[in-house]
Amino acid sequence: MNKKTKTPLFHVAKRAALPWYKAWAIRGAALLLALVLCGVITSLVTGEDPIAVYGAIWKGSFGTPRKFWVLLQNIAMLLCVSLAVTPAFRMRCWNLGAEGQALIGGLACAACMILLPGKLPNWAIILCMIVASLLAGAVWAGIPAFFKARYNTNETLFTLMMNYVATQLVAFFCVVWESPKGSGTIGIINPNTQLGWLPQFPSQKYLLNVLIVAVLCVLVYIYLNYSKHGYEIAVVGESERTARYVGIKVEKVIIRTMLLSGAICGLAGLLLVGSTNHTLTPTIVDGRGFTAVMVSWLAKFNPIWMILTSFLLVFLGRGAGEIATKFGLNRSFGDILTGVILFCIIGSEFFINYEIKFTRGAGKED
Amino acid sequence: MKKLFSLLLALTMIFALAAVSAPGAAAAEPVKAGFIFLHDENSTYDLNFINAAKEACEKMGVEYLFKTGIPEGQECADAAEELIDEGCNFIFADSFGHEPFLIQVAKEYPDVQFCHATGTQAHTVGLANYHNGFASIYEGRFLGGVAAGLKLNEMIEAGTITPEQAKVGYIGAFPYAEVKSGYTSFFLGVRHVCPSATMEVTFTNSWYDPTLEKEGATKLIANGCVLISEHADSMGAPTECEANGIPFVFYNGSAADACPNTFIIASRIDWAPYMEHAMTCVANGEAIEADWTGTLASGSVKMTDINDKAAAAGTAEKLAEVEAKLVSGELKVFDTATWTVKGETLTEYLADVDDMGDFVPETNVIADGYFHESEYRSAPYFDIDIDGITNIDA
Repeated sequence: MNKKTKTPLFHVAKRAALPWYKAWAIRGAALLLALVLCGVITSLVTGEDPIAVYGAIWKGSFGTPRKFWVLLQNIAMLLCVSLAVTPAFRMRCWNLGAEGQALIGGLACAACMILLPGKLPNWAIILCMIVASLLAGAVWAGIPAFFKARYNTNETLFTLMMNYVATQLVAFFCVVWESPKGSGTIGIINPNTQLGWLPQFPSQKYLLNVLIVAVLCVLVYIYLNYSKHGYEIAVVGESERTARYVGIKVEKVIIRTMLLSGAICGLAGLLLVGSTNHTLTPTIVDGRGFTAVMVSWLAKFNPIWMILTSFLLVFLGRGAGEIATKFGLNRSFGDILTGVILFCIIGSEFFINYEIKFTRGAGKED
Repeated sequence: MKKLFSLLLALTMIFALAAVSAPGAAAAEPVKAGFIFLHDENSTYDLNFINAAKEACEKMGVEYLFKTGIPEGQECADAAEELIDEGCNFIFADSFGHEPFLIQVAKEYPDVQFCHATGTQAHTVGLANYHNGFASIYEGRFLGGVAAGLKLNEMIEAGTITPEQAKVGYIGAFPYAEVKSGYTSFFLGVRHVCPSATMEVTFTNSWYDPTLEKEGATKLIANGCVLISEHADSMGAPTECEANGIPFVFYNGSAADACPNTFIIASRIDWAPYMEHAMTCVANGEAIEADWTGTLASGSVKMTDINDKAAAAGTAEKLAEVEAKLVSGELKVFDTATWTVKGETLTEYLADVDDMGDFVPETNVIADGYFHESEYRSAPYFDIDIDGITNIDA
């Protein structure tokens, strides 16, 4: 009789599937809430006019034609790495090594650009760059895949650690190939001869990357949704046992998919080094290997939706940089705003999948 | 003779170029400055530039934009082009690795002036709108060395150490000219007042690594070094020195707050004079030099306040005396009479001044009894291993 029973104020329950318009209404509300929150935080912390801050975010991507092209280039590169991790993710194989796989692809590409001139004609150098980059990325993903398929090691940790190995290797070769001596950086490779530079569209240095990634996006979409391989990936992802039961060779699928994943990362490295930067630094991938995880998840592993999610992340990042420049605020302030927006968007998925039921008469005690 | 001829030819061409471009450049226009920084104000290196840029622009009433956190890659070129889109006609970048990307953009925008700190290629790349700047920081390091030498003398007089035990330690970032020039001038400053001093050097192979810098200090102290100095950007070594009661001379700014008992003095480059000079040239439509070297005399090399708690008595007076001699030219930091290589005094030395990527030294830089540092180009090129300094990593 003396026992007090407490009823919780609310509890969380799984929702039945929401109609699409309700789900999008929740997402829209989340985005709105995020923008309002950002405005409030900006006004409180800096005293800047929040509308001007939104304007700056917009201008960061669409202010000038050049900024628009940089936006497209950044979307293309982020999307490329995201497309790379997606086949593995669909298989529930968490490839967190995209950063290293792209980096090692870039290293292979730079090696060809530095070592081959004088020995081969330019077209052969470019061919070697393509083959070497894709192969290097594939090998970097293939090693953890082999161990997972053969010994069931944890691919999350393994791929993650391969990133550090790749970073250190690149740092090492930056010293080996440094120019000028003692600088610890490679500088622009073949600045005068432009040997090994991928061809550029006149006056549009980023168009090639954008086109390649656009085609790749469609190809990956078709591969995942309309090919036998894509179906096998989906089955392995759902249940390895089912896959085995229906006669799919799970080990083979794991290794094949990871090789593909790594090769596409290698392509990202090739495009970064051979097409736009013409140099190699340990930070050239710029964390895209990790941002790609978010891009892929937010789009629910759908390559076409990933165009939108990578746009969102790049748009916010560019806006953050613009805020830093325009208001003389620290770059971290832009990152805070990006964090707030992402928190709201990811949080909205929770409300789409679950509902909160308030308990009637909560708090009353006998 | 052939060399002299080609030099004359080159000069003629430069003047011809300048003459051709003069009508366009002569149109004086309001300056809008765009600055590109490798990190943000959390790095002592970039903070030093950021403060100078604000000071110079505010003093001149120049509108300015900052791009912070710009890596040494295509991002640097993009950042420069975005600043130009915003109407900047003067671009300044602060990191060595920005140079090739800045040159690339400079070729495309002949009407915009580009200045790059610490770079080496302006005098060979042949662009009228691309320039390098540095300061004769070796003068500041020499003064820091004098303060350190006075401290050693005080220890010797107090009987704490014998003259033979007067060994200083130095933590360098990379074993290349900028760092070697720095520690050699520091050491020559030490020996200027304490002739029995020797020095040990260790390298971290990183510009910023608190752990490695701390370990470097630990290693040097264990080897018997009684005073430490450094050329790297973290507080790793100073905090280790403070913990062990080892006096030290710092770089980039004062560490008196963090290390009140052991910090003696620090030297730093004040970039504001260079920025003001370059922006004044842009405003007046005048050409900027390919290489500009600020000096102690011109206010580009600065010393922090002396920390009396750690410095020897009479340091301020002695520094004032040496500084006056450096400014007047009576005293040369790299006077060949004060140092030897394998027991020999050098009378000539070829340095790789023209950085063509070939690493081939081509310019004699010793004349009139001293090494002409930062005179043939602004970035340091003194890379000689002199007697009395031991590299303990070798």
